[in-house]
Amino acid sequence: MPPVIQCRDLRKTYDGKVEAVRGLNLEIQTGECFGLLGPNGAGKTTTIEILEGLLAPTSGEVSILGHAWSENAREMREWLGISLQETRLSEKLTVRETIELFASFYREPRSSEEVLEQLELTEKADSWVGKLSGGQRQRLAVATALVCNPKILFLDEPTTGLDPQSRRQLWDIIRAFQRDGGTVLLTTHYMDEAERLCDRLAIVDHGQIIAEGTPADLIERLGGHHVVEFSVSGNSDGAALQAWRGLPSVESVREDDGMVALNVKQPHLTIPALLDAIDKQGSRLQHLTTRQASLEDVFVRLTGRHLREQ
Amino acid sequence: MSVAQETPIKAAEPRHVRPPQRNGRWSGYRHLLMARMLELKREPEVVFWVFVFPLLLALGLGIAFRNKPADIVSVALVAGSGSQDVQTLLARSPQHDLFKIQTLNADEALKGFRLGKFDIVIQPNGNGGLEYQYDPARPESVLAKAEVNDALQTAAGRKDLVDTKAVTSSEPGSRYIDFLIPGLLGMNLMNSGMWGIGFALVDMRQRKLLKRFVGTPMRRGDFLLAMMSSRLVLMVIEVGLLLLFGVFFFHIRVLGSVFSIALLGALGALTFGGVGLLTASRAQKIESVSGLINLVMMPMWIFSGVFFSYERFPSVIHPLIKALPLTALNDALRACILEGTPLLHQWSRLLVLAVWGGVSFVMAMKWFRWA
Ligand SMILES: Nc1ncnc2c1ncn2[C@@H]1O[C@H](COP(=O)(O)OP(=O)(O)O)[C@@H](O)[C@H]1O
Ligand SMILES: [Mg+2]
Repeated sequence: MPPVIQCRDLRKTYDGKVEAVRGLNLEIQTGECFGLLGPNGAGKTTTIEILEGLLAPTSGEVSILGHAWSENAREMREWLGISLQETRLSEKLTVRETIELFASFYREPRSSEEVLEQLELTEKADSWVGKLSGGQRQRLAVATALVCNPKILFLDEPTTGLDPQSRRQLWDIIRAFQRDGGTVLLTTHYMDEAERLCDRLAIVDHGQIIAEGTPADLIERLGGHHVVEFSVSGNSDGAALQAWRGLPSVESVREDDGMVALNVKQPHLTIPALLDAIDKQGSRLQHLTTRQASLEDVFVRLTGRHLREQ
Repeated sequence: MSVAQETPIKAAEPRHVRPPQRNGRWSGYRHLLMARMLELKREPEVVFWVFVFPLLLALGLGIAFRNKPADIVSVALVAGSGSQDVQTLLARSPQHDLFKIQTLNADEALKGFRLGKFDIVIQPNGNGGLEYQYDPARPESVLAKAEVNDALQTAAGRKDLVDTKAVTSSEPGSRYIDFLIPGLLGMNLMNSGMWGIGFALVDMRQRKLLKRFVGTPMRRGDFLLAMMSSRLVLMVIEVGLLLLFGVFFFHIRVLGSVFSIALLGALGALTFGGVGLLTASRAQKIESVSGLINLVMMPMWIFSGVFFSYERFPSVIHPLIKALPLTALNDALRACILEGTPLLHQWSRLLVLAVWGGVSFVMAMKWFRWA
């Protein structure tokens, strides 16, 4: 089966200066939930808006369900449900009026009542949009996307700024859409969201994909399975850092916030050797934790920066 | 019948329980227009600026410039020999109740005159003559001199050589309020066209709502058509309300037909809708479009004869003034409402409007930034 969404060597330069996207390739299959994970300014919004046909790329090709935007854009729009990073819907319309307005643009939309029910907005159906909470507004934004019964759902940072409960609620909605056979492309800078929700991920930085795969695969390949973090009294300069690299089962070493972080395959081999080495140095162990590696570790390993620093 | 057949078989749930509705060609347009009208109705500022404000303006100006009885002339008479004669003469004149006379000493009289309390100071010079002190820069002072002098001379026995008769005019059709109401109609159509289209579009662009709409199969033409249609609906209410107010409150005589006035209103609404569209075609921020809208409207507020006739401007610039869309609209409305001039006789004004609207619309379509 051909990919649902495909782009090749996508590039976007704003005003001839800002290179927001530099040579991006993607292939997303039917029924997948695919995530673009990256810090602010990585080029996620630019990429997703090009795929949605809202922004013209400087160069590169896009194909949605085998069609190009230059061919029959109007027909293609019938298939896509879109939620932009920040749309402020009209405050003085009610929730139902807003959904019905969006429904009216499509040839065969779903019934508004059903969408209201699915997104748990029935109670708020007759409230003005201006009176909704952040979570309710975001659900309404997704409702305007789902009302067209789309084949593909594009969500740009759907949960940014929401409380944990609202985030989980949205995750459930996205999963339900996927269960019904829909394909999802979302962007996020939350690694936990990417890890839990996405079947596959592309980590984006400075307009390029720096790693791609399933969350588990990325963590295994690039994060080490585990992270051992510790600090010792006394010196911990560059030379010392290199010494830790030589310990058994260690894949990489970095310093992070005054702590040494080791990416480790098998902690039960590393930790005894680590304690020995500290003993031999004559230093004293001040702190030691081990945890499962996360996408954050992948990102830090690849870029030397944290996801949310910028 | 076997048991197995009786047991309900749970079929795989269909993806969506209710059958999808099918939308017709105009469903998007209808919903866009309805949404726009609802939004306008729910916006108190719109209701005030579009409906209430013009009425208040008409009321205020209509009352301030209403045709009141001739002004009282306030006269300071310097006490002394001869002042008594002046009083007697003025009391004998037919316009005696026009004068409010105060007799006081020279210093006080001049002080009062400087403060604007008196329009004129009359000082008897002691040997039968009088000296008027007045300010040629103050119209009421000039008037006071003429009237006082007239009254005194006539009362003293002057005979007019030419027989004259004055007729005062305060008939409906020639009063300030008659001039004002069509001007306010035009100005209102300009204001609400520019703000209702220009400002609203940039606001939607800034809120990324235009971009969101473009992400649906919505027809862009339908969207603009809905915006323009909302202006037409509003126009009927705006024009109707102000005109009825004028008729009932100020007894304005409307000579043109309702049809011609509605046609002019529609043309005006569409023209300024087009200009508003052009103003809004590129701007990203409501601050920048606000400035732009005011910049476009400013010359028309001043030159297009809303509150006073543009005949007061030098005649060299009259052709320029007449080329402004608001001038054409105001002139056409005045001719139609006050004189009943048929629209066919005003084709040049209609042409000015159509050209402004049409050219703006075409240019806006070329430049309009949706995303
Ligand atoms: N309209 C624009 N004009 C100029 N630069 C832009 C524009 N939109 C985004 N950028 C720049 O392009 C880069 C990528 O932005 P964006 O795609 O929004 O990233 P993300 O969604 O990952 O935060 C940023 O450096 C941003 O400043
Ligand atoms: Mg973004």
